Amino acid sequence: MARPLNRISPFNVVSLALGLAFLYLPIVILVIYSFNASRLVTVWGGWSLRWYREFLHDRAMLDAAWMSLKVAAVSATSATLLGTLAAVALSRGERFKGRTLFSGMLYAPLVMPEVITGLSLLLLFVAVGAERGFWTVTIAHTTLTMCFVAVVVQSRLAPLDRSLEEAAMDLGCNPVQAFLSVTLPLIFPAIAAGWMLAFTLSLDDVVIASFTTGPGSATLPIRIYSEVRLGVKPEINAICTLVLALIAVVIVVASFASKLTSARGESAAPL
Amino acid sequence: MSARRIFARPARFAAIAPYLWMALFFLVPFGFVLKISLSQTAVAQPPYLPVFDLTLGAAALKAAAAQLSLDNFRLLISDNLYILSYLRSLIVAAVSTAILLGIGYPIAYGMARLPRHWQSIAMMLVIVPFWTSFLIRIYAWINILQHDGLLNQILLALHLVAAPVVWLSTDSAMYLGIVYSYLPFMILPLYATLARMDPALLEAASDLGASPRSTFWLVTFPLSLPGVGAGALLCFIPIVGEFVIPDLLAGSNAMMIGQTLWLEFFTNKDWPVASAAAVVLLVLLVAPLALYDRLQRRQLEGSS
Repeated sequence: MARPLNRISPFNVVSLALGLAFLYLPIVILVIYSFNASRLVTVWGGWSLRWYREFLHDRAMLDAAWMSLKVAAVSATSATLLGTLAAVALSRGERFKGRTLFSGMLYAPLVMPEVITGLSLLLLFVAVGAERGFWTVTIAHTTLTMCFVAVVVQSRLAPLDRSLEEAAMDLGCNPVQAFLSVTLPLIFPAIAAGWMLAFTLSLDDVVIASFTTGPGSATLPIRIYSEVRLGVKPEINAICTLVLALIAVVIVVASFASKLTSARGESAAPL
Repeated sequence: MSARRIFARPARFAAIAPYLWMALFFLVPFGFVLKISLSQTAVAQPPYLPVFDLTLGAAALKAAAAQLSLDNFRLLISDNLYILSYLRSLIVAAVSTAILLGIGYPIAYGMARLPRHWQSIAMMLVIVPFWTSFLIRIYAWINILQHDGLLNQILLALHLVAAPVVWLSTDSAMYLGIVYSYLPFMILPLYATLARMDPALLEAASDLGASPRSTFWLVTFPLSLPGVGAGALLCFIPIVGEFVIPDLLAGSNAMMIGQTLWLEFFTNKDWPVASAAAVVLLVLLVAPLALYDRLQRRQLEGSS
């Protein structure tokens, strides 16, 4: 029998199309306006790269962008290391003392409002007398993003066939060797995706960075945020488009990496 | 000993570094929040009185404990500003979650019905906005919603309105921004449960004479409830503490607790009260999580 209920209806198509249009139209409009020659953000004055040039001469914005990239790169790397270890412990460690607390701590920051996370980290830094700046923001971002990495890597690690590891050990590998030579290559796409997710999350964060940064080390989102609060400036459209382009490159690389491995016979999860 | 057991032991050592990190930078900070929420405001740097110092020994600890005050919490209860902020946050989060469910469900449902190949593409398309900057997406809406923005231009050109409508700094703009930002968080868990559903169940329902509509309400929807719960929680909790979206899109008269906390902290520099506000917020948020956890556990026990 045919499965009439499983067939896609016009209603399904319309809701999907409307949903995707809702998600993408504002971003497309933003990108188009970033090439607007007019000083008035919403009056179309022809195509131009004027606001991109303006950004390249904006010392404060460039410094903030550089700061953001540094924080994102360092925090994403340490978050990936810690998050991958956490994922391995959770999916391969079976039972260990304090496992419930451990997984609780890893999942809580995913839903915790950023104001609370930011406030609590700042109070810690103040209490121990740490000077706020690059390192405090980096630590804060590592803490937040390693949880995302752990979830992404674990989702890849959990369904992985364990007999592969067991076979490697039967053939004389010790567990660490088995992990490095068998498991690690298999979960590598997830690790790469985790790094990129951590990178983009760090590049995105206003609230936690505002709490944990010090004078003179504002990140790009903090600067954009303070500009946007004062009103819309066309330069911001250009900066936002550049950030979007950077993230798009990251996503394309990520999906390319997972395609490469799925070509090797492994179906890759998109996240 | 099986290979699996041998593997488990080094894997446990993998927990050490992330465990210590999370304890140090996630758990311990809450201790400081709690501690400072019991302190008193001071004109000093940092702007609160020292509470207790564990290094001074038991006697000093006892003396310090006598000085702890619940004044900050009393202030939260007595001041309308805080009570209204908490209430508004809960209402905004509940309304937004309901809207998100209403919009997200049909989209997730449509995704789950696509052919396999298209499903992963649709999933990618839903995830991409989640990867792109939150702030940029809110900013994109400011472009559209401002006084001479695209929306008003279109409405004027179509003669639907006679004069530009004020969109920015309204609650509708805030709801729009929240729904827009959190939509992927709602769609993904819904899609995950809907896609896993066994089509044989739907066939059985229709074989037994159920109309598509009653099949949906009697079979599909009840079975998707875990996804509904997960999506609702994933949206509700962060929305309660939301700061950026209401700050940029909503009017300035009615603040959510995230904004009040921020203001108390950065503008009024009253760290103890801000900490107390954070503690209460945390308690408010842990309650639904604990409830959800219990419900899920009961469901698991019921099914096994």
